[in-house]
Amino acid sequence: MTSSAALPRWAAGLLLFAILALPAARRGLEAEMVTHMLVQIPLLALSGVLLVSAAGGCMRRILEPYNESGLSGMLVVLFASSFWMLPRALDAALDRPAMELFKFVSLPLLVGAPLAVSWGRLGPVGRGFVLANTISMIAALGWLYRQSPVRLCNYYLIDQQVVLGDCLLWVALAWGLACTARAFISPRGFAPEGSSQDVRSP
Amino acid sequence: MRSLLSALSVLCFGSATLWAATDGLRAFTSEQARRLAVEESPRPVPTAVLEDQDGVAFSLAEYRGRRLLVDFIYTRCRTICTALGASFARLSNDLAAHGPDGPVLLSISFDPDVDTVAQLRAYADLYHADGKIWRIARVPSKEALAAMLTTFEVVVIPDALGGFQHNAAIHLVDDSGRLARVFGYEEAGLAGDITASIAR
Repeated sequence: MTSSAALPRWAAGLLLFAILALPAARRGLEAEMVTHMLVQIPLLALSGVLLVSAAGGCMRRILEPYNESGLSGMLVVLFASSFWMLPRALDAALDRPAMELFKFVSLPLLVGAPLAVSWGRLGPVGRGFVLANTISMIAALGWLYRQSPVRLCNYYLIDQQVVLGDCLLWVALAWGLACTARAFISPRGFAPEGSSQDVRSP
Repeated sequence: MRSLLSALSVLCFGSATLWAATDGLRAFTSEQARRLAVEESPRPVPTAVLEDQDGVAFSLAEYRGRRLLVDFIYTRCRTICTALGASFARLSNDLAAHGPDGPVLLSISFDPDVDTVAQLRAYADLYHADGKIWRIARVPSKEALAAMLTTFEVVVIPDALGGFQHNAAIHLVDDSGRLARVFGYEEAGLAGDITASIAR
């Protein structure tokens, strides 16, 4: 990847990260459970997707043998994103500055960046597997948040968790429909198309 | 080969991290984590100055040697606190049999601005709290209240209706002044469970 092409992507990632780190943006997005989980966290991961294009060829060459099939990278993504789906992790980020810092470091570095690097290396079956599991997990999580009789986060009201549950269900439905359409209406939708960086939705 | 080995190490390290982050898959919310932490290592409670429904100043230290059941309330609350109030009302009947050295119930308000001594009195009257086995109290000092809530890990956030939501529970302070157990108010048959565990 040439530096002239890399720079805007890289800069966009940095800009996005800087905006998210502004105290006003942090307060605003963290005030509601739904924006915390469905806006701030995905955008932090997206900043990592964009920022990874800044990584030099040297770093890529060193890491490549450990992530040939993309499996190691996707596992990092899986564990790091699962961690941030724990209600107590959200509470901890609001309660402890160190945890908030960890959120801002781990989401770009352990979710966004490895996702961008590994996605292109997955085969069509691997991609389908990841997508199907992600979508069904979002739906299950949404149902859980909607149905929970107890408050899951100490820092959020119980009505906010119903709103989040609804939004998660809508996201799962829309994403599921989009994937279904891609898979069945344009059968080549899942095939790698030469670009290994074509990840827009983390 | 290196790819496979690295995937396996990620798998091990990732599982270990999630295991640790959930206390061995036992606590997914901070409330579950608090209950587990308290049960595994009881912690001393602050000896702040409290003021009861009759305006009498006292401290939790005076209850060394007796067990205390503490809940946190605000008297305007018409939701969870009424469930807590009902549990405490039932418990105060059960505890009367333990005599003068038996466990004591203490409801502490986290809203000292609104909950004056007169408000506490009204709350006590509403639930027929006798002021001895069941005392209603406020923490006059804001700093002391904050320290108390921190120790008990009670988080109070404002709701849309001018009230509050908080992680409501019944807290057992043992006879050496340590927070030793947290009972969820949502547990069915709560008062009976507590009475049984206190009787031991």
